[in-house]
Amino acid sequence: MKLYDYILSPSCYKVRLMAALTGVKLDIRPVDFHPGAEHRGQELLALNPAGSIPILEDGDLILTESSAMLVYLAAKVAPSWLGSGGAEETARVQQWLSFSSRLTASLGGARLHEMLLRPGDFGALQSQGIASLRELEAGLVEQGLHGMGFLASDRPTVADIACFPYVVLAPDGGVSLDPYPAIRLWSRALRSLENFIEMPGIHRLHELKPEPHIEPGKV
Amino acid sequence: MIDEWYPVGLFSQLDAVGRRTALMGEPIDVARDAEGNAKVTGGNGRALPACVRYGHVWSSLGTPQKALFAIPEADQPGRRFVDVGVVRVRCSPLRAVENFLDIAHFPFVHTDLLGAEPHTEVQNYKVEIREDEVWATQVKFYQPQAAKSASGGITTEYIYRVPAPTCSVLYKTCPPRPSEWDVITLFVQPLAEDLCDVWPWMALFDDTTSMTDLIHFQQTIFLQDRSILENQIPRLLPLDPGMEIPTRADLTSVAYRRWLKRRNYTYGAQLVAQ
Repeated sequence: MKLYDYILSPSCYKVRLMAALTGVKLDIRPVDFHPGAEHRGQELLALNPAGSIPILEDGDLILTESSAMLVYLAAKVAPSWLGSGGAEETARVQQWLSFSSRLTASLGGARLHEMLLRPGDFGALQSQGIASLRELEAGLVEQGLHGMGFLASDRPTVADIACFPYVVLAPDGGVSLDPYPAIRLWSRALRSLENFIEMPGIHRLHELKPEPHIEPGKV
Repeated sequence: MIDEWYPVGLFSQLDAVGRRTALMGEPIDVARDAEGNAKVTGGNGRALPACVRYGHVWSSLGTPQKALFAIPEADQPGRRFVDVGVVRVRCSPLRAVENFLDIAHFPFVHTDLLGAEPHTEVQNYKVEIREDEVWATQVKFYQPQAAKSASGGITTEYIYRVPAPTCSVLYKTCPPRPSEWDVITLFVQPLAEDLCDVWPWMALFDDTTSMTDLIHFQQTIFLQDRSILENQIPRLLPLDPGMEIPTRADLTSVAYRRWLKRRNYTYGAQLVAQ
């Protein structure tokens, strides 16, 4: 499986992360997105007329939407990442997968504007990003009330991976995550998954100190 | 500081339309003229000094007293020159340079690339002022993957040089060619006292790694620094020693701050602790 990849792209990172979590080995083809704008060049436009990355190639299959790539990886090797298959849970997964494109447009747009000087209405991007974060926070709080720590289920699904990177990188676009305790707990839970990988701006968890051992009867 | 040269764009990306940017609070335009030369125009339409060197266009709001600092390695045959591209950071331009000079943060911020626990010790090194530039020499650090061309952990030697208030040049062990130094620079364009565009640039001996991989490696490193830089308090670089207690590992930073203060390079600095 070949991934046309940019190390600083949160959408590319979704696919790298999903592959790492499910043990799939990707053949990475780095794309000079910045400063070279290679994604707008002939070779990549032929693969993806939208001129975006990531692009995932597996045999004859060419995918250009990161949510589809997450679903493909999960369906192929780790179907539990698609949810349990119940009507409500399946719908929730789809709901958040679609919602993730709003994060890309708002928080991702603010980040590109602030970091790599891409044009855009920065104030509007930030406001839309904050509105999306509030919606996600409310969704996580509600899930928590039902004893579920993730967006669609009591275990992580492709929906969590689709939303995670742009949310965690919100500060790159000048949007603080301080007001969202449920998002921070959720981010922590995702970062503590086995085989989790980082990208610049998304740090691994520091190793936790072991629980103190208290001898019974000595307190 | 107004008479110094500052980077204002990548020459390879310059066209006739040009780009609108800023230098120390003044809006400027950088474009390529009919003869193919770089042209920089100030806020009131006046022509600003311009030169092209090390992949970038350089300009100044004042009257530079001397030519842009020399990097002799930039003319050495066999090196590959890497335009890493701009990254904007909401921090003081001086803080961006100071962070570049620091090695103690490597294991914690650039984990498994430029450092790794438990190899956190910064051994003694030397700092001096050489021809009115800050130089730190004999800096040694254990690194798991010092460069794209390194295949495993090595103890890397560094030489740091600050030839201008917002520029630093780093010479570093070159894994494929031990007798030479890789050159990695940080050119910082001060947009405002607490906002800068950072233009990393490299001159490397590496015939195998693709250009895109070289760019991505350096962008990875710098983007790991960016979130830290944006959270440093105070936003301006403190030049009053009343506020912080440096350790031995901070010798370069101390020398840099003293040099800034002595030369009155204070754009982006906090002079009195608040």
